[in-house]
Amino acid sequence: MSSSVQTTSELSKVGDASRAASEVRLSVEQVSYAYSANQSQAPLFTLEANSFQARPGEIVAILGPNASGKSTLLKLIAGALEPLSGRVLLDGFVTHTLAPRARAQRIAMVQQDSPLLFPSRAWEFVLQGRHPYGRALRFESKDDVVIARNALAQVGAEHLGDRWMNEISGGERQRVILARALSQQPLLLLLDEPTLHLDIGAQVDLLATLRRLAAENRYTVVVVTHELNLAGEYADKVVLLQKGKSLRVGPPASVYQRDLLEQVFQTSLTIELGPHGRPRVSILPAT
Amino acid sequence: MRPLTLQRLFLQCSLLAVILFVVVVIALKLGAVPVSLYGLGRDLISVLLHQTKALSSDYGMIVIEIRLPRILLAIVVGASLSVAGTSFQALLRNPLADPYVLGVSGGAALGAVLALIVEPHLAMPTWFAALFTPFCAFLGAAATIAAVYFLGRRQGQLDSGTLLLAGIISASFLYAVIMFLMTTLSGRDFRGMAFWLMGDLSSSLQGSLRWVLGIGFFAAAGAIYTTASDLNLLLAGEKEAMHLGVDVRRVRLVVYIAASLLTGLAVSVSGSIGYVGLLVPHVMRLLFGSDHRILLPTAAFGGAIAVVLADTLARTVVAPSELPVGAMTALAGAPLFIYLLRRGSA
Repeated sequence: MSSSVQTTSELSKVGDASRAASEVRLSVEQVSYAYSANQSQAPLFTLEANSFQARPGEIVAILGPNASGKSTLLKLIAGALEPLSGRVLLDGFVTHTLAPRARAQRIAMVQQDSPLLFPSRAWEFVLQGRHPYGRALRFESKDDVVIARNALAQVGAEHLGDRWMNEISGGERQRVILARALSQQPLLLLLDEPTLHLDIGAQVDLLATLRRLAAENRYTVVVVTHELNLAGEYADKVVLLQKGKSLRVGPPASVYQRDLLEQVFQTSLTIELGPHGRPRVSILPAT
Repeated sequence: MRPLTLQRLFLQCSLLAVILFVVVVIALKLGAVPVSLYGLGRDLISVLLHQTKALSSDYGMIVIEIRLPRILLAIVVGASLSVAGTSFQALLRNPLADPYVLGVSGGAALGAVLALIVEPHLAMPTWFAALFTPFCAFLGAAATIAAVYFLGRRQGQLDSGTLLLAGIISASFLYAVIMFLMTTLSGRDFRGMAFWLMGDLSSSLQGSLRWVLGIGFFAAAGAIYTTASDLNLLLAGEKEAMHLGVDVRRVRLVVYIAASLLTGLAVSVSGSIGYVGLLVPHVMRLLFGSDHRILLPTAAFGGAIAVVLADTLARTVVAPSELPVGAMTALAGAPLFIYLLRRGSA
């Protein structure tokens, strides 16, 4: 009993401090993590101390080769994993100590598509995003329906509402999954490789939608991706990881250095500036 | 968009309640001794008014004292198995899960058989003696689902095929142990138990056991119903559900304990009746959708209707002899199981 009171006051103190500092919403402070097969063995994979901050409306892209710790970092931010050291603050709250419901009201996660056990309609799927706000038996209110409908409209998927989830295309499904995340009305929107299996048109479309939503709704967006050019075009900030180490954090133009990216991705690349001053990466096949 | 409302829930449940009532009336009427609908109605009303002396004839006594308790037992057993099956399917993310296939019924049966063997050697207060068998059946069910859950995991992930195999193998192992135990019993007990193992609703229950069964059913089914909307989210996987605010560990604990209790109670009073927990939830899902807030109550009604029908058939098709009710449900359920397996929904 007394310990829970203590935690609450501690949390509120942290909250005051960060609000005073700036309007930083997400603050990743020296978080690290280690996976091991069992507790007595040396860890199989470690994520070293990582820090960056993000403001409302900002898009942060986490980049890096396979097994560089991108998804682990995202799970730590989401509060799904408890960091070995350090902490992740969202508006002053330590994410992994939040109760599941409180966390789902603040953080929405878009994961790689997992198949449904039994078919459901798109609107039912989107309404699930209202779950963390429901009461005991959780019959959805009129407000919930309005919020879910708006969420579908915001991603341009009103027409998909009555379709079955297993009968729409990959790009359409990704929009509906995003709509469910929006209906959680989160502060922080996390996406784990959202462009995987999408064609180039759908990829650009998704990122443009994210850009617009971040600006309109003041979400902080963190996206894990392999798409260097999409990240370069749409992200405000890039976190470059290699084997669990954070090599560089900053705007795309400062992170996209030819020698750095060549060393990280182990291939020959060229980098030029696009019309908006954003960096563009092209492969340089060995001849 | 047409989200579920309380009205729609009540409307569809009352529709099923009417169907259940009709089935119960038919079940009361059918049997080795013919009863007229008029006499049946008059007798039921006089029982409700506590005027048992006004029963029309000896036939009335048969209906009220033999058929009615048996039908009520069938209702509770059917609803229990069906609710347990529905929640196992959601929690284990496996459309072929049910207490019988997963070996949970087998675990409960072993617990009940052990209780029957041990009981005469223990000095127990009489109030506990009635609870002893269901309690051991519950322990058997809970231990089995825990074992099957761990055996069914592969690299930390629940694997659909491995889980089913683990359940089926556990079931055959448990029944082998039961057979071994039964050979130590005398001949008369052996025959009774073999019949009970195939599902038997004809045993008359002691008064206190009736209360335990009724209260246990409503408590366990109610506990599962509080997790109904969490189960909806679990259909997309445990990680997804967690990110939508579901306390997955709490839901898992509540559903495992409550579903084991339902299975344990049902098995201890009726033996193992298979396929009800598999067949009924699928039919209800086709009719009412996969939202557990409506699926759980409709599955309870559906399970009750199915078992009352199966039991009525079991005691009439070869009258005056009787089939085990588990044989009836298996005759209907096994082909459906194969159909679901072939459709590739596993």
